[in-house]
Amino acid sequence: MLIADQVCFRYSPRHPWVLHQVNLEVTPAEVVGLQGPSGFGKTTLGKLLAGYLTPTQGCITLAGKPLPPQGYCPVQMVFQSPESAINPRWRIAKVLQEGQFPSLDLQARLGIHSGWLDRFPHELSGGELQRIAVARVLNPQTRYLIADEMTAMLDANTQALIWQAVLAHAAQHRLGILVISHEAALLRRICHRVVDLSDANTIRAQASASERA
Amino acid sequence: MTAQAVTPTAVSKRARLWNRRQRTLAAIGACALLLITLVFGSWLIGDAGLNPVLTQRNQPPSLAHPFGTDWLGRDMLSRSLHGMSLSIQVGLLAASFSAVIGTGLGMIAGSFGGKIDAVITWIVDVFFSLPHLVLLIMIAFALGGGTKGVIVAVALTHWTNLARIVRAEVLQINSSNYVQLSHRLGHSPFWIAYHHMLPHVFPQVLVGLILLFPHAILHEAALSFIGIGLSPHTPAIGIILAEAMRHLSTGYWWLGVLPGLLLLLAVKAFDSLGENLRVLIDPKTSQL
Amino acid sequence: MLSVENFSVTFTMYDRGLVQKQLTVITDLDLEVRAGEVVAVVGSSGSGKSLLAHAVLGILPANAETSGRILFQGEPLSAARCQALRGRAIALIPQSIGYLDPLMTVGAQVCRVGQLNGLAKPAAKLVMLETFKRYNLASEVQHLYPFQLSGGMARRVLVAMAVVGQAELVIADEPTPGLHPDVVTETLNHLRELASEGKGVMLITHDIEAALQIADRVAVFYAGTTVEIAAASDFANGKLRHPYTQALWRALPQHDFIPVAGD
Repeated sequence: MLIADQVCFRYSPRHPWVLHQVNLEVTPAEVVGLQGPSGFGKTTLGKLLAGYLTPTQGCITLAGKPLPPQGYCPVQMVFQSPESAINPRWRIAKVLQEGQFPSLDLQARLGIHSGWLDRFPHELSGGELQRIAVARVLNPQTRYLIADEMTAMLDANTQALIWQAVLAHAAQHRLGILVISHEAALLRRICHRVVDLSDANTIRAQASASERA
Repeated sequence: MTAQAVTPTAVSKRARLWNRRQRTLAAIGACALLLITLVFGSWLIGDAGLNPVLTQRNQPPSLAHPFGTDWLGRDMLSRSLHGMSLSIQVGLLAASFSAVIGTGLGMIAGSFGGKIDAVITWIVDVFFSLPHLVLLIMIAFALGGGTKGVIVAVALTHWTNLARIVRAEVLQINSSNYVQLSHRLGHSPFWIAYHHMLPHVFPQVLVGLILLFPHAILHEAALSFIGIGLSPHTPAIGIILAEAMRHLSTGYWWLGVLPGLLLLLAVKAFDSLGENLRVLIDPKTSQL
Repeated sequence: MLSVENFSVTFTMYDRGLVQKQLTVITDLDLEVRAGEVVAVVGSSGSGKSLLAHAVLGILPANAETSGRILFQGEPLSAARCQALRGRAIALIPQSIGYLDPLMTVGAQVCRVGQLNGLAKPAAKLVMLETFKRYNLASEVQHLYPFQLSGGMARRVLVAMAVVGQAELVIADEPTPGLHPDVVTETLNHLRELASEGKGVMLITHDIEAALQIADRVAVFYAGTTVEIAAASDFANGKLRHPYTQALWRALPQHDFIPVAGD
C-alpha cells in the first residue's frame, strides 16, 4: 500500500505551504484519480509520492516503509510532456535500456515499432515518444505508477492505446495507479475512485461509481 | 515529427552548388588547413631566412621577400611564420589548460552546489571584476616572464567564462525531468554524470576551447609586445610587432602591417572555426 | 476569408552526414475558414496542424519550403503580406504564457499590441482597459507579470491580447490542455463569441470534445493532410465518412475507449 500520511510541503520556510496535511492511499491493483484546480499541488503530490521531493512534514510510506532514497524506486512517474523526460541526445534504444528493456509483449501492446529504436527523440511525434516514456517505467520492480496528465497532450486514439496497455499491464502485475488529470470523462472511465484535491488541500475521497474499462 | 517518404520530384528549389552543411564543413576545413599551415609552415621554409644578410637590409616586399626584410636583412615572411607558429603553440597550450580548469570547476560547482558552488562562483566573480590585462601582466610578471609565465598567466585568466557556461549547463540539466527520473530508476550520480552530463557539456567545451584560442594568442602577443612575454631573441609575433613600432615612422610599413595582418588572419580563422562548429553542433541550427 | 488550397510543406533535413533528404510534412491540404465561423483542426501530435498555423503566420523555419496557395481575404498571402498582417489582421492565441515577455507587465504588452495596430498610446491604453473589462480581468491585472497569473487569468490575457487589435482571423493553438474544465469552457466560449462578431476562428487542438463544443466544422488531420472536413453535428449523428475520424470518435473515453489497430 502506498500511503501519504499528513503530508505537508513547502519549498523553504519563507514560502507558503503548497500542500498541507494531505492524506492519500493507493492499494495494489487500484486505479485512483486525482483532480483539482490547477495550481493546488497535484503535481507536487505526485512528485512527493514518487520520491522526487521529500515532504517537509508527514511521511510517504510504501508497504509500511519509507521510500528508498537510493536505488530503484518502486513508485515511478510519467510526466505530461515526454520531450522533457527523455534525453534529446540519446537514441530510443538507449532510453528504453535506462529502465529494463521492455518485453516484446509490452512493446506490442504499446505499439512500439522496432524501427524506432535507432532513431533520436526529435524524430518521433509526441504520442510515439510518450509510449516510449511509459514503456521505460513499466519495469517488473515498479509497484505503483503516478500518471501526471500522462495523455493530456495526446489525441483520443493515442490516449486510448496508452491507457489500454497500461491498464492491462497493471491488472497483470497488480500495479497501483494514481491518475492525475483534468479530464472528467477519462477519470470516470478508468478509475475505481476519484479524489479531489480542494483549495484547502485536505483530501476528501469521493466514491465514484465507475467500473473499469 | 513523422512524415512519409517523398516523391523525387520535390527537389529543393533553392538548390545551390553546396548545401548549408557542406559550406559549414568547407569553412571548418579551410580554417583548420590554414592553421595547420601556419604551425608547420615554419618547419618547411627552415631557419635560413632568420639569419641577417646585411646587403639586403630594409627591402620592401618583393617576389624574393614577400613580406620584405628588416633592418638586419632578415626575411620577414619566415620571421612572421616562425612567430605565428610559436604563438599558436603557446596559445593552444594556454587555452587547453584554461579549458580543463574551466570545465572541472564548472562541473564541480554545478553538481555539488551549496557552499562549494558559492566559493567557485565567488572566485569567478573576483576574476571578472579585475581588468583582464592587468591580471595577466601581474601573473606573468610575478613568474618572471618568459614562455612559462605567458602560458600560466593566460591559462589562469581565461577559464572563468567557460566555468560559468559549464556550471549553468550542469545546473540546468540536473533539474531536468530526465535526469531526476534517471535517479529514480536507480542510477548512481557517477553513471548520470558520465551518460547524461558529459555528452551534453562536451560540445560546449569544445567550442569554448576553440573560441579561447584567439584570446590566448592575442594576449600572448600583447604580453610579448610590452616586453614581459617571450624573450626578445625568439621570433614571436608580439616581439616582431614591438620592434616594428620603432621603424614605422621611418616609412618601413611592411615590418608591422604584414605580420599584423597574419596575426589577424590566424585569429579570425580560429574564430570562424569555432562559430561554424557551433552552428553544426547546436541542434537549433544544424538542420538549416 | 482564409482559404488554403493544395498546400504542401517540405523540409530539407540532413539524413546522415551530408546527404540531404526531403520530408513532406503537409501534403495537398485544402481548408477554408469563413468569417463568423469556428473551424477546428483536429489531429494527433505530429500530424502537421501546428505547421499549418505557422505557415499562415509566415513563421516556418528557414529549411521549410511550401507549395500551393494560401489566400487571405481573396489575395495571396506572400511573405511580405504575412509580415504586415500578423499581429494585426491575423492574430495568434498561443499555447501558454511562455510566449509572453516575462519581464514586462501584461498590461504594457497588451497596450503594445494596440499601438502596433496604429493606435496612439492613450487610445491603446483605453482599448486595453476595455478589453480587460470585457474578459473580467480586474484593472490590477495590468500591473502583473506573466508568471503571477493563474491558469484561467493567463488564458483571458492571451485572448485579450489577440483581440485588442483589429484581428479578422484568430488562430488558437492548443488553448485547452492541462486546464481545469471550467477554464476550458470559458476559453472556448470566448472563441465562439469572437466568431459571432464576424471574425474567422481557427482552433487547433488534439481534443475532439473541446472542438465539438464550439466548432461549426471540424477538419480532421492525419499524416499531414485533412482526411475529412465534417460538420460538428456529423459526429454525434454517426455521419462520419472517413475510418480515421470514426476511430477517433470511438476512442474517446466516454465512448468505446478502443484504439485503432496498427497506429
